[in-house]
Amino acid sequence: MEYINIFIKSAFIDNMIFTFFFGMCSYLAVSKTVKTAVGLGSAVIFVLVVTIPINYLLETLVLQEGALAWLGDDYANMDLSFLSFIMFIAVIASIVQLVEMLVEKFSPALYGALGIFLPLIAVNCAILGAALFMQQKQFANIGQATVYGLGSGFGWFLAIVLIAAIREKIKYSHIPAPLRGVGMAFILTGLMGLAFLGFLGFEL
Amino acid sequence: MSEVKTSEPLFSKKNMELIKNPLNQINPVTIQVLGICSALAVTVQMDNAIVMSIAVTAVLVIGNLLVSLMRNVIPGRIRIIVQLVVVAALVIIVDQILKAYVYDVSKSLSVFVGLIITNCIIMGRLEAFALGNKPWASILDGVGNGFGYGLVLMVVAFFKEILGSGTLTIPGLGKLTIIPESFFDWGYMNNGLMLLPPSSLFIVGIYIWVQKAKNPELIEA
Repeated sequence: MEYINIFIKSAFIDNMIFTFFFGMCSYLAVSKTVKTAVGLGSAVIFVLVVTIPINYLLETLVLQEGALAWLGDDYANMDLSFLSFIMFIAVIASIVQLVEMLVEKFSPALYGALGIFLPLIAVNCAILGAALFMQQKQFANIGQATVYGLGSGFGWFLAIVLIAAIREKIKYSHIPAPLRGVGMAFILTGLMGLAFLGFLGFEL
Repeated sequence: MSEVKTSEPLFSKKNMELIKNPLNQINPVTIQVLGICSALAVTVQMDNAIVMSIAVTAVLVIGNLLVSLMRNVIPGRIRIIVQLVVVAALVIIVDQILKAYVYDVSKSLSVFVGLIITNCIIMGRLEAFALGNKPWASILDGVGNGFGYGLVLMVVAFFKEILGSGTLTIPGLGKLTIIPESFFDWGYMNNGLMLLPPSSLFIVGIYIWVQKAKNPELIEA
């Protein structure tokens, strides 16, 4: 039950795009067709599910105040949380690189679908943002953190596929010239965000 | 600095354009669509927007300078990692400074200070400008792009705060009441939508609309 709750909350109520605007740059740049949107969206889910548990372990075993107690009493009072930015981004960048190599070796078909998007993701704020929120939310165990990663990724996937479908449709609509392209995408995202506000206060 | 001794004056026309252009024609947020996340999320109050703009500009200027100084020794293959480390180190310093001096603002910016690391404006300028230009030009480019970013942030925050809560929070001056009490007696109401996330998208959308209507050469085909 707890897991379903976290999933629904992270995917719909705290949707990364509509509530926190995480990963807006690639969201706007890669949402011109549904096909590429599905590719990038799946890559984001994939990377989040892999990196969030690793960052969770890093947070609880190394960075948190008192997390280094397992090294001995001398280390029990260490608080390394100021290092979390650089540690998280290093983990994300290296995991993305590693995942890219593994996928290329073992699943050429998946590599064909996700390949070009993976390097982009290292600097996508959705990944680092989710890691920082995971740190703030203080999850009880690694399972909850993983479900949080999955839910956030799914919410992001949903948002980019929806906007891509709408942008494909409005390509032939009559829009005021100055608003064409990015301007309209902003307003559409705002309207979709209003719709997603309907999930607010939704409790399981 | 040896760079200063070149024949070009410090504030030549070309250098001034590095500062001026990002404010309008090549604005990083509205035209190049970079660094949107933080531009939209930290704009509920004016002071958050101001502190965020200063933080991003500082990271951008110092990061541009450092990368430009190292541009001839960074191997091409690992340049992204080098840039990430430079930016992450600067952001940690900025974060600690914010926590020490403006704790309330730092609390309300929450994770968005950390997200300066992945702000595409910074990576974009390091990659596109600092890697190929001299330090002084890189500093000016950082200042220009930082101001271009800050301009959009402040415009969005200005409308959101005035329409949403009728106040304007400026560091040093505190919360100023802009909409007088008597307005409320006549039936004026704060627009609650302006406090919610989607409103920043509408304001940026309208900003782009106005900007492109004034500069028809920017319209997308």
